[in-house]
Amino acid sequence: MAKEDKVVGSADEMAKTSWERVNDKVHVWPYLTRLEFMCAIIITILLVVWSIVIDAPLEEPANPSVTPNPSKAPWYFLGLQELLVYFDPWMAGVVLPTLIIVGLMAIPFIDVNPKGNGYYTFHERRFAIFTFLFGFLVLWVWMVVQGTFLRGPGWNFFMPWEYWDPHKVVALTNVDLPYMLGFRSYWGQAACGAVLILLWYATIPAYYIWRRERMKNVGLVRYLIKASLNMTMMGIVAKMVLRIGLNVKYVLVTPWFNI
Amino acid sequence: MPSLKERLNLDQMKRSVLDSQVWRSMFRHGYEDTPRNRVLMVVDNLWLHLHPTKIRRHAIRIRFTWCMGGVTFLLFLYLVVTGVVLMFYYRPVGEYAYADIKYLEFDAPFGMFMRNMHRWAAHAMVIAVWLHMLRVFMTGSYKPPREFNWVIGVLLLTLTLLLSFTGYLLPWDQLAIWAVTVGTNMARATPLLGSEGPFAEMVGVTPRFDARSALLGGTIVGPPTLLRFYVLHCIVVPLIAAILMMVHFWRIRKDGGISGPL
Repeated sequence: MAKEDKVVGSADEMAKTSWERVNDKVHVWPYLTRLEFMCAIIITILLVVWSIVIDAPLEEPANPSVTPNPSKAPWYFLGLQELLVYFDPWMAGVVLPTLIIVGLMAIPFIDVNPKGNGYYTFHERRFAIFTFLFGFLVLWVWMVVQGTFLRGPGWNFFMPWEYWDPHKVVALTNVDLPYMLGFRSYWGQAACGAVLILLWYATIPAYYIWRRERMKNVGLVRYLIKASLNMTMMGIVAKMVLRIGLNVKYVLVTPWFNI
Repeated sequence: MPSLKERLNLDQMKRSVLDSQVWRSMFRHGYEDTPRNRVLMVVDNLWLHLHPTKIRRHAIRIRFTWCMGGVTFLLFLYLVVTGVVLMFYYRPVGEYAYADIKYLEFDAPFGMFMRNMHRWAAHAMVIAVWLHMLRVFMTGSYKPPREFNWVIGVLLLTLTLLLSFTGYLLPWDQLAIWAVTVGTNMARATPLLGSEGPFAEMVGVTPRFDARSALLGGTIVGPPTLLRFYVLHCIVVPLIAAILMMVHFWRIRKDGGISGPL
């Protein structure tokens, strides 16, 4: 075990035998109950003081004929609202949230690494921790912060020191990626988009074949689920880069849906 | 004639209370600090018996657990209590809802305080649940044999967001209806089931009869939506969440207690 690892307890503790560690116990009363009690008191004091000092917001009565600009979802959903910049509502509002929930529930079944069970370690499970922290901190928490503080009227981007000008003019110069690549006919563009998406996901079987020795203990079905979820998450990042960097609107355009 | 001081012998009074049949019928043992009593304190108490009597030494360290699961549950309890108080004053009717909030704020005793507690505890609970998930992930506590409890936890996280979202509409102000409008507009883009979603025309859903209108009880966020969200917020979701919480806590014990290095 690398020495930079943050394992709970001292090196002495990790040096103990498994039997010693599992059986090194203390009474719940008072050692745990007093901590829980202290925690409850601290949270209660914070909540009471906060509730005395800061009032809950209440705006004008509900009026369906006056739409505020910007109209924002509750703050914890602003990461999803941010996705609307990059995807159509059926993706941003339905498919991706579903995949987030399903993907989270799948974590214990697709992470087959037996190490790091019950203690802090980065060294022993780099990929799992990197993936989770990227999804949680960058794609969720940061998007919530950005949606709350940096998105103004028209869902336009404003720096903290900028005035939220409702008349800010932003040129809408987005074009579809197949058009940028020179495809002009309708079906040519659709085919180009489909190929691009297929190529993106073709990395999954390609990686499996390349690393088939290592994949033996993962299993094909588990790998396919794991890799699809991962490539979809990275696909969100790819679409964001394309949209912000190259003004790409859609990658795939079909008569029924666009991605 | 004994003096007043002798007649007010507090120790004797205390003893006569503690030794009385009534007291002893409720509390089986005292607070003597003996190993036997420490065990009894936990197993003889309905609220504490969720705990084991002994726990692994590392598991009581705050820097291991962050206490976030417990904080989430505590905030849930505060939300139940303050929520019930708010229900005494609040009517989920288009004509009354906003006025009832105003009444709560200006006339009801501690009304503003109860509303503030409810709102801030709700926001805090969302953050506490996220941090709890982060901690459980970082300690790898979802790994066998605790996979299923992680799944329950993800469901509880989703329910917490739904609770907060349904409650967001109830003040019936501009903030409420437009936030819920933005949120529920997504439902009409549901593939197959939403009127503006992919393949909608194949299924034949219309704006009046699709996934969104089933949620809203109409084509806009109106009074029927208010009633629906009220019922979801006060009955349906808390009930499901409470059931899943029982499973969640029970599974912690059944899966071998709190995780730790083996």
